[in-house]
Amino acid sequence: MSLETTSSIPFSRTIFRSDATQKILAFAGLIVLFVVFSLASPNFLTFNNIVGILLATAVNGLLALGVTYIIITGGIDLSVGTVMTLSAVMTGVAIVMWGLPIPIGVLVGIGTGALAGLVNGLTISKMKVPPFIATLGVMMMAKGLALVISGARPIYFNDAPAFREIAMGSLVGMIVPDYKIPNAVLVLFGAAIIAHLILTKTVMGRYNLAIGSNEEATRLSGVNVDRWKTAIYALGGAFSGIGGVIMAARLNSAQPALGAGYELDAIAAVVIGGTSLSGGEGTILGTIIGAFIISVLTNGLRILSVPQEWQMVITGAIVILAVYADIIRRRQK
Amino acid sequence: MTDATAKPLVTMTGIDKSFPGVHALDNCRFDLRAGEVHALVGENGAGKSTLMKVLAGIYRKDAGVITIDGHEVEIANPRAAQDLGISMIHQELNLMNHLTVAQNIFIGREPRRRFSTFLLDDATLNRNAAQLLEMMHLKIDPRTKVADLTVAKQQMVEIAKALSYNARVLIMDEPTAALTEAEIAELFAIIRRLRSQGVGIVYISHRLEELKQISDRITVMRDGRYIDTVPTPDATIEQIIRMMVGRTIYESAPELPTEESREIVLEVRNLNRAGVLKDISFTLKRGEILGFAGLMGAGRTEVARAIFGADPIDSGEILVHGQPVRIKTPRDAVRHGIGYLSEDRKRYGLALKMDVETNVVLAALQKFVNAVGWVDRRRTTATANHHVATLAIKTPSLQQQVKNLSGGTQQKVVVGKWLTANTDILIFDEPTRGIDVGAKSEIYKLLNDLARQGKAIIMISSELPEILRMSHRIIVMCEGRITGELSSTEASQEAIMTLATQRGGIVADNGDTGGSPGGQSDSPRLVSMESQSA
Ligand SMILES: Nc1ncnc2c1ncn2[C@@H]1O[C@H](COP(=O)(O)OP(=O)(O)OP(=O)(O)O)[C@@H](O)[C@H]1O
Ligand SMILES: [Mg+2]
Repeated sequence: MSLETTSSIPFSRTIFRSDATQKILAFAGLIVLFVVFSLASPNFLTFNNIVGILLATAVNGLLALGVTYIIITGGIDLSVGTVMTLSAVMTGVAIVMWGLPIPIGVLVGIGTGALAGLVNGLTISKMKVPPFIATLGVMMMAKGLALVISGARPIYFNDAPAFREIAMGSLVGMIVPDYKIPNAVLVLFGAAIIAHLILTKTVMGRYNLAIGSNEEATRLSGVNVDRWKTAIYALGGAFSGIGGVIMAARLNSAQPALGAGYELDAIAAVVIGGTSLSGGEGTILGTIIGAFIISVLTNGLRILSVPQEWQMVITGAIVILAVYADIIRRRQK
Repeated sequence: MTDATAKPLVTMTGIDKSFPGVHALDNCRFDLRAGEVHALVGENGAGKSTLMKVLAGIYRKDAGVITIDGHEVEIANPRAAQDLGISMIHQELNLMNHLTVAQNIFIGREPRRRFSTFLLDDATLNRNAAQLLEMMHLKIDPRTKVADLTVAKQQMVEIAKALSYNARVLIMDEPTAALTEAEIAELFAIIRRLRSQGVGIVYISHRLEELKQISDRITVMRDGRYIDTVPTPDATIEQIIRMMVGRTIYESAPELPTEESREIVLEVRNLNRAGVLKDISFTLKRGEILGFAGLMGAGRTEVARAIFGADPIDSGEILVHGQPVRIKTPRDAVRHGIGYLSEDRKRYGLALKMDVETNVVLAALQKFVNAVGWVDRRRTTATANHHVATLAIKTPSLQQQVKNLSGGTQQKVVVGKWLTANTDILIFDEPTRGIDVGAKSEIYKLLNDLARQGKAIIMISSELPEILRMSHRIIVMCEGRITGELSSTEASQEAIMTLATQRGGIVADNGDTGGSPGGQSDSPRLVSMESQSA
């Protein structure tokens, strides 16, 4: 937001109570994790491992971007995981079965996600079904559809080798040969920047925050809340679609059985990043940091040979701690 | 001010509106001329807000005709109302707390960047908001988050928002309920300016004294029906009240049970809370009504919340019936027989989505549990029915959700709740805010009855006539300290105001970016006094 407006009013006091605090907290947490794991294992802070972390964050990060919008409205989206899968399958269908060009296939994937989001949005805003139920239903429908359409078998992209490059190729590596950062990471950061701009600079972002803050007041102000909410859910779905495309490209296949459970990681990332489940506030930067905290944690614990079961326990505890820290901060205000 | 032959800007005729179980508007009418302030009065639940919400496109009327400039119009939604130049300030605050002041004011009409329909131009947004606030003499940074403002400032932001529509019809539903006297004066200046520019203003208020100052005509409603419209200069307050309630009720100051030397039930010693309260000490006796006077933000609510365990204290002692007690949560307070009726009943006093019966028994639910461990519905219903009858709570049934009741009715439900809990120390925080005269005198009567029954009552109020009329003793606060105590005989409006403005306390100007201590920002509440003595 621009600061160059109006005279006579001190704005120093706005700095400390801004939402920056939670982001700083989350960011500090990320740094601490980095330091701890670096000290604990020499294998952590290596270029390859960092790239591994970045790559592992890509899909969850993309899903979490969409979920951020939804949670800011005060809603929830349980469907992002299986919608991602459905999008991956539709991409596979378009490219492998229908033989469409790759860019069209990618658009089909993203469009599938947006369509699923649209269904979520219409169910919530027109039929007034609570978001939890609406997206739970779409989650199950997407899962079923992915299995039906694919015949419950993976779709491999072996005939379209260029497709894999979308995630695993490296534009950066072409320019700076030593740094083969996979494109999936670029996609994540690109999407994050766009998501941030949408949230902070556009009408849609403003109404997103307004609806989450006080839906009734927003409606009484003459804003077409139903329409914007529908659009926001569709936008969230589109991010799941991008996630699906990247997932498929990474695995070089669309795996119809994958995807359930991804929504919870995405929600965890959003919440760790300081977005309030009661709506009205949240940031994209926070979400990205939250997504990285989760993958750094998973990666670091694995390197330290902590069994997977315990990784889950620890990640769960971190989610609770992060939200608790946020609650404490609010109370002090 | 108004030319009696002026052409009406708005007419509403034969308006009907029903909610499930409530016939809220029955063949109502109303008209508004350009350049007049038309007051709309009536008891709680008379249908004032509903009638105006029909005009503002929030409710669809079941029947009736609305014309604007003589043309019949259908107002289907708030947007349509805005397009017709109708804008409404709601009784309940309707702001997006997480957004800034500027973002709130221009919600739905954000300036866009050049050549764009989608990109916001926040620099222009903030500049426009700053201009508007400047025009209203409001010292608020447009980039402040609304959540960080005091309720009074939030109310002013609502008003700024309504003004920003450049409406031809401006509806104000109890705009002054949370304002300080200086802010009310500012608001009246704005209203007069708008009136001279030809805006038609509908002004809903329970402060009948205000109407004399600001309105040109007064329309009275009762039980969802239109009663009459009179030019303000021809009307007396008594006459208006009679029309409102359909009977004469203006009782004079009720006699107070004045037995001194009673048992001290509550003693507070040196209560401190950094930056909020300093050395608060006082006693409260059985059968006594202890008034807490002071300006907005003097710390009276904070005292109440501290005693009630809603806010932590840094140091100090609380004694109930002579025994030191530790009150760390409201639950502790209720156990020691202390009940608190919040000034913000919607946020702290009621479970809005639950029904009347549940709310009434909520604070004492254990009492209604039978041997099996279930809540005994027959007894809760009986108790709720009893309170609905004795407090005259106006609800179609015990099963009505509290959020659908009018403001004053909600307040009575809260009273019923604490009566059920059988607390013997009751703290009333602005008990009559937003309440009509009829209900007001019922609440006064209730306070007296409770005191007579031996309950000890603290009454926080910003209305001096109310404090003077109701209290045995008056404690005056300013900036987090007690600046004096007055007996009912020595108390006068002047004495209270002197104490209430003894600055130099610990509390900084609360959320008021520009206000200077000792400056003009919080001048005493004088309006209602003047008009009373007039
Ligand atoms: N949304 C709703 N659903 C059901 N009943 C309602 C609703 N809104 C208002 N009512 C009922 O309609 C009647 C009129 O209410 P309204 O709010 O218009 O009164 P009011 O004159 O504004 O009162 P107050 O002075 O207390 O604000 C009341 O009986 C109220 O309980
Ligand atoms: Mg009302």
